[in-house]
Amino acid sequence: MCDTCGCGDPESLVTIRKPGENESIMDHNRGCDDHRHEEKHAEEATHCHCHEHEGEHGHGHNHHNDHDHHHDHDHQHQHHHGHEHPHEHLHDHDHDHDHDHDHAHSQGQSRTITLEQNVLLKNNLLAERNRGYFAAKNLFVLNLVSSPGSRKTTLLERTITDLKSDQMISVIEGDQQTLQDANRIDATGAPVVQINTGTGCHLDADMIQRAIKELNPPDGSLVCIENVGNLVCPALFDLGEAHKVVIISVTEGDDKPIKYPNMFAESDVCIINKIDLLPYVDFDVERCVTYARQVNRDLKFFQISAKTGDGLKDWYQWLKTEAGTSV
Amino acid sequence: MHEMSLALNIVELAEQAARDADATRITAIEIDVGEIAGVMLDALEFSLSVATRSTLAEEAKLTLHLIPGSAKCKDCGRTFHISERWAVCPLCGGLSFDILAGKELTIKSIDIE
Repeated sequence: MCDTCGCGDPESLVTIRKPGENESIMDHNRGCDDHRHEEKHAEEATHCHCHEHEGEHGHGHNHHNDHDHHHDHDHQHQHHHGHEHPHEHLHDHDHDHDHDHDHAHSQGQSRTITLEQNVLLKNNLLAERNRGYFAAKNLFVLNLVSSPGSRKTTLLERTITDLKSDQMISVIEGDQQTLQDANRIDATGAPVVQINTGTGCHLDADMIQRAIKELNPPDGSLVCIENVGNLVCPALFDLGEAHKVVIISVTEGDDKPIKYPNMFAESDVCIINKIDLLPYVDFDVERCVTYARQVNRDLKFFQISAKTGDGLKDWYQWLKTEAGTSV
Repeated sequence: MHEMSLALNIVELAEQAARDADATRITAIEIDVGEIAGVMLDALEFSLSVATRSTLAEEAKLTLHLIPGSAKCKDCGRTFHISERWAVCPLCGGLSFDILAGKELTIKSIDIE
């Protein structure tokens, strides 16, 4: 189901592609947007939205939107049970509804079930399954998280190119739309799969499970997952990675670690990027490190410039050591 | 807006439990949300109102309990309230602590018919 508006199903929303594959899929998510935002019906078009809701309360919607917006609300309900059932229909489309209710209502027999279940249980279980898969294939997997524009992709391009002779790296790219980042990684020669989340604001363990099979990285290699640029939501979703690596650039505020503490608390490594720009910005590296350590005392820092190459030696050394010891 | 993902998970878990118990309706859902779980209560409430539509939980009464954050200082052992993922021990000024509570994100119970 769509994370943003709850329509459709994930198969049609989240796309997983390699560069050059189904470029036209870029418009794939329109159905979801149109479903909620009528103003996007800019051109003459006939849409057919078929919603399938699981559960006893199944109903089929057929929306024929021809831009005259007839609001006839032609509802045909067939209820097979003997009591009133309040319905609210807030649709701006022509409808033909067939409701079939076969509820065995045992009135008044209310029971309480104690669940005590973690809401993220499903994702966490899938993440553990991924972890098992990674371990079986000796994969060292990193989850790169940051705000948009911290130059995660530039860092990856540079890392792949510089380590080409000693470290095989493949990449799972996460963005809401486009193959832009996957194409950039593809140009370095590294295997890459692009996940487009559509309207989703983070990658989850299920997407990674599907993407890693598509990517099929060689045993014993390093896999970098570039998460959707977002310093909030990806913090909650374990993907099965060995480490989260949070990237902050000096063009951002040095107080980001305490403004977005969850991400810094969940990460093991913090890369401070664009240090070549330090003379031109107010960013105080010491203050940033102090704030980040308040949130996570064990955070490991690298100060780098993915553009000039400053500081990358230490980062590469860490990568090689960690990949070597964990695989 | 990861709250919508969470709301969809909550509804899925609740519906599964209700079906397992041969219920036809979920009349109430109780959820614990920790103060430092990284979840906005308002956003979760709103998302749940959307996510429950056309489900067994369509008319369920939603109760969200905010669980206060609490931490134990690693230096002096004192337990204190935290409302952020970072804090300074009010007694000794220590910066290192174990989180005791506040990260919960749990479906406590559901009422079914």
